[in-house]
Amino acid sequence: MNAALATSSQRVVVEDPMVPRSFVVTRTRQDTRDTATLWLTAMDGAPLAFEPGQFTMLQAYGVGEVPVSISGDPADDGVLQHTIRDVGSVSHALATAETGARLGVRGPFGVGWDVGTARGRDVVIVAGGIGLAPLRPAVLEICANRAAYGEVTLLYGARTPAERLFTDELPRWAAEHGVAVHVTVDRSDDSWRGPVGLVTGLVDRVVFRPELATVLVCGPEVMMRHTAAAFLDRGVAPADVRVSMERNMKCGIGLCGHCQLRELFICQDGPVLGYGLVASLLTQAEL
Amino acid sequence: MVANPVVDPAAGVAPGDDRTVDLTGLQTLIDVLAGRGYAVLGPVVKDGSIDYGPVRKVSDLPVGWGDEQAPGSYRLRRRDDDMIFGYANGAQSVKPVFFPASEVIWRGLRDAEGAVVPRREQHDEGPYAVVGVRSCDLHALGIHDTVLLGRRFADASYAVRRADAFVVAVSCSDPAGTCFCVSMGTGPRPTAGRGAPFDLAMTELLDATGHRFLLEAASERGVEVLREVGGRIADERDRSDAASVTESAVGRMGRWLDTEGLKDLLYASADSPMWDEVADRCLSCQNCTMVCPTCFCTDVEDVSDLAGDSMQRERVWDSCFDSQHSYLHGGSVRRTTKARYRQWMTHKLGSWIDQFGTSGCVGCGRCIAWCPAGIDITEQAAVLREES
Amino acid sequence: MRTIAEDLPGHPFFAGLDSDALALLAGCAVNMHARPGEYLFREGEPADSFFVIREGRVALEMRLPTGAAVLDTAEQGEVLGWSWLVPPYRWTFDGRAVDHVRAVRFDGGCLREKCAADPDLGYAFLQRIVQVMSQRLHSARVRLLDLYGAS
Repeated sequence: MNAALATSSQRVVVEDPMVPRSFVVTRTRQDTRDTATLWLTAMDGAPLAFEPGQFTMLQAYGVGEVPVSISGDPADDGVLQHTIRDVGSVSHALATAETGARLGVRGPFGVGWDVGTARGRDVVIVAGGIGLAPLRPAVLEICANRAAYGEVTLLYGARTPAERLFTDELPRWAAEHGVAVHVTVDRSDDSWRGPVGLVTGLVDRVVFRPELATVLVCGPEVMMRHTAAAFLDRGVAPADVRVSMERNMKCGIGLCGHCQLRELFICQDGPVLGYGLVASLLTQAEL
Repeated sequence: MVANPVVDPAAGVAPGDDRTVDLTGLQTLIDVLAGRGYAVLGPVVKDGSIDYGPVRKVSDLPVGWGDEQAPGSYRLRRRDDDMIFGYANGAQSVKPVFFPASEVIWRGLRDAEGAVVPRREQHDEGPYAVVGVRSCDLHALGIHDTVLLGRRFADASYAVRRADAFVVAVSCSDPAGTCFCVSMGTGPRPTAGRGAPFDLAMTELLDATGHRFLLEAASERGVEVLREVGGRIADERDRSDAASVTESAVGRMGRWLDTEGLKDLLYASADSPMWDEVADRCLSCQNCTMVCPTCFCTDVEDVSDLAGDSMQRERVWDSCFDSQHSYLHGGSVRRTTKARYRQWMTHKLGSWIDQFGTSGCVGCGRCIAWCPAGIDITEQAAVLREES
Repeated sequence: MRTIAEDLPGHPFFAGLDSDALALLAGCAVNMHARPGEYLFREGEPADSFFVIREGRVALEMRLPTGAAVLDTAEQGEVLGWSWLVPPYRWTFDGRAVDHVRAVRFDGGCLREKCAADPDLGYAFLQRIVQVMSQRLHSARVRLLDLYGAS
């Protein structure tokens, strides 16, 4: 066959976003009963720069691939950090990966928190459960440029005191970077002297200027809805409340169709979206 | 990222390049394309339906075959003439040629240290020349170009296959009872502009004077091929006869879909009782999505040998009617057939417009014919309109 | 030294009440404090108090054979206790100071009398109590879903 006559284009595709890069696990930390943090370095040595709120498609070879938000420091593109909760077969393989293990990484993908646009404003960060992991890069970026922001508050709701994440860092953000940190738990234990209750119950104690506030929310959808409602009640515009959405994702690049929420491709248009864009879609059953 | 493979359809083309050929000339066209290195595909009769398959001779084509299509029904029939493109369409559009139902994305072998090294799979088949693409399917191809190539990330294998493909579109002369391309603005005559660029547009003309094929060039490559094919320069009679063929087809559309304000209607109808009613009949069998020329949902599957020494990742067609399509840990978002049908129809006719600027429906009618329950998307849309 | 009536307007619960109403309510109130671990009230005891917390945190607990489960907490800026309003006026839970607590304690019987005698005041007061109840019910209901738990 004389293919040269027929073909006009380059038939070899150099880069395919569906093919993973291999990373090696250089360090692990068991954060809670079911959650672990992995430190990963690219085998090819190339950096992986990302925006806070972006995710990668993380693959345990031979087991499967899932979207996982990046939980590391955006200032350090040499190390990829993921905080993974063990909730299924793939996330189990990832959360229990040992130092030296190789994982496949595609990405980073998606639209992040766009923290830079909150410069000059008050920032309220509200996390529920594992939702603190995707928000950590945003907190780190803000802390690195703390003077550029007004009042910065972190509200964090965890299931129990033992299931809190980044417990060594929370006091540091408060003490060294002037972040007002409030943590509440759904259920306490004997060690806990802090508040017990829903994270929305903390909203009333936050100091912010409603017309000049950016609110970043990540957690279960119900928690995000109720939190957004509490800030809307306090006068924050729906567009200034950003939520990080979760839907089934198989490609991460808008091609597989799984993550659609009516007109939105959560992987490409999100995962971080203005609440005004999704509010009406979240109360529609089975959309 | 791959280069944009979409060819500028109008480049260097003039009406004077158009040719008219007879049956021998049609064979020459096939030969010329094969001679240029293309794997030539065309409609062939297979398993009681029309499908795309390798074509070497005119006699490989469905000479004298037509079809009858109705809700839940597709039958080939013998025509009383020797029309070659005298059927409406087959079970599949050209979609599987460029976007196979299953393909390997990458293969990985373990290296000396036991680590998997993924390597992208190079697909060597083709390049394809596809003869006989209907206008509806041509528009579907254009939609796939937008979905799979026209955004931030491209489907790499699709890009390669599309870039090299030569497309001979064909006017529709005998639409089926399930057809509604006219209401979708996608047919029955292939036109440049909206829709996939094609290289040649063919209209089959069969009358007392004989069997003619008007070949209109739509790309520079098309002009080159026509020069090689030869035949006589197309005249006014050829053109007016071709126009009559498609005018007649316009008048014989089996169905109509009123698209006016359809997106807003669908968005406002999320709670309509229509979804419950249709869910009572829908079997969630996925047929509609498998035959739809624009449905593009895919899943990935990992296949590895028992020792785990080699593995491959495959991309396979998926369907929003599958219970796992919307799976999140804890369960699926769309648990009911009602929600899945609503997702499919709202996406196809509504949210597609927000996402890609056009409807996701080209009016080919396959979802109607191949639905075992005979559910008719045009009828369901009409029900919503009546309710509103 | 500021009087209780002068202090109350600064507390969110009393925002919007006029000075006459506040003076009337202050008649039912005394200042109190509790050391860490000290109980403000115990399950089953007659409920005769309504607390306005000015400082510190109080845990609402339920005793289990294996210890105490904290169901909710109330702290500075919040109020605690509505059992004085609902027959048979008995505490359903324990209220224990987590750290040093300063609060204003209102006598439940006194409040009931004032509210009964002045329906406008009674309505305003009840409206505020119902809001607190609603928030606590919302918090309890959503937490019932165990959203952060294993699914």
